[in-house]
Amino acid sequence: MAAHLLTIFIAAILTHNVALTYLLGMCPFVSLSRTTKTAFGMSMAVIFVITLTAVINWPVYHKLLVPNNSQLIYYIVFIIVIAASVQLVEMIMERFFPPLQAAFGIFLPLITVNCTVLAVSVFMVLREYSYLATVVFAFGSAVGWMVAIMIVAAINEKLALIGNVPQGLRGTAIIMIISGIIALAFLGFGGMVDVK
Amino acid sequence: MSAKTFLDAQDRKILKNGYTREHPIFVVGLGICSALAVSNKVENAIAMSAGVTFVLLATALIISSLRSLIPQRARIITYMITIASFVIIVQKFLDAFTPAISKALGAYVALIITNCILMGRAEAFYVTRGVRHSVMDALGNGIGYSTTLIAIAAVREVLGFGTLLGFKVTPAGWENLVVMTLAPGAFFLLGTAIWISRTISERSGGEEGE
Repeated sequence: MAAHLLTIFIAAILTHNVALTYLLGMCPFVSLSRTTKTAFGMSMAVIFVITLTAVINWPVYHKLLVPNNSQLIYYIVFIIVIAASVQLVEMIMERFFPPLQAAFGIFLPLITVNCTVLAVSVFMVLREYSYLATVVFAFGSAVGWMVAIMIVAAINEKLALIGNVPQGLRGTAIIMIISGIIALAFLGFGGMVDVK
Repeated sequence: MSAKTFLDAQDRKILKNGYTREHPIFVVGLGICSALAVSNKVENAIAMSAGVTFVLLATALIISSLRSLIPQRARIITYMITIASFVIIVQKFLDAFTPAISKALGAYVALIITNCILMGRAEAFYVTRGVRHSVMDALGNGIGYSTTLIAIAAVREVLGFGTLLGFKVTPAGWENLVVMTLAPGAFFLLGTAIWISRTISERSGGEEGE
C-alpha cells in the first residue's frame, strides 16, 4: 500500500509531470515564469488549492454523484467546487492572514482557470483512485508543477541577465523552448516507476 | 458575395481580429495547454477545434444575450457553468460518434472548460458587447485557434508518425522523429511558431500584444 502511494507520488513529480508530460497549466506557466518570485507564489497557491479541491471532490463524486447516478454532470460540480473553494480560501486569508493574502492573494483568482486543478480531479475519476491515492496524487502533481515552473523561471531569470535573446523570441516563445529542453530531460526519468 | 452584404464593416473587423491582431494563441497567449497537448495527430486536432469553436459560439450567444441579467459578483461562476454545460454536450457527442478520438483526447475534452480562450473572451468581450458582435468574435477566435491547432498537428503527425490523417505520406526509408509525438516536440514547435509569427508581425509594423 505504502509502496503504491510512493509510486504514485514519484510518478506525479518526475515521470508523469503534469506540466512537462501532460502539458497542463500552461497559461500561468508561461505568464508567471519570468521571475522565480512570482513562480514560487503561484506554486504555493497551486499546491494548496489542488490538494484542497481533490480532498473535497473525491467524496463529492463517490458519495454524492455516484449513488444518485449523476456522473453526467460531474464537470459542472467539480468546477463549482473549485471556484467556491478558491473564493473561500481568499476570504479566509483576507480575514485571518493578511500578510499571506498580500503575498499570494493575486494568484488565487488565476487558479480557477489553471487547468491542472480540474485535470487532477478528472484524472482521479478516470483512474479510479482510492481516497488516499487521490490525496497523494493531487499533492504530488502540484509539487511536480512547482518543480517544472521553478526550473524554467530560474533559467529565464538568468537568461534575462544576459539579455541577447532575439526580439521575436522573447517572452512566450523562449519559455516554450526552455520548457521543451527541460521536458526532454524529464523523459530520462521514463521507466523509473510503472503506473497505468 | 452574400456574406459581404450580410456583415457590416465592424462585424468583419471583429471577425478578422480573431485570427489576426488578437490571435488567441500567438498574440494573446491563451489556450496554450490544448494547443500543445492534443496537437499530436490531425484527427484529434480537428475534433478539439470543432469542440472549442462550438463551445465558444454557444458561450458567446448565451453570455452576451444574458449580459444585463448577470450579477457582477457572480459572473465568473456564470461563465463556468455555461461553458461546462456545453463541454458536457461535446463530450457526449464525441463518446457517441467518434469513440476512438474521444478515448485519445481523454481528460482534455473536460479541460476545454478551463481553456483560457473561453474565460478570457467571455470576460473581455461577451459580457459587455451585443450578441451579433460576440458571435463574430467567437467565430474569429475559433478560426484562429482551429487553424493553428490543425497546422501544428499536421507538422507533428507527418514528422512524428509519417502519416497525415492516418495515410502514409513519407517516402520509404523515412525515420520517424519520435520526439515530435511527445511533449518536447510540442514545446519546440509551438515556440518556433510563436517566434516566427512575432517576427513577422514586427516586420510588418504590427503592434505587440502582451
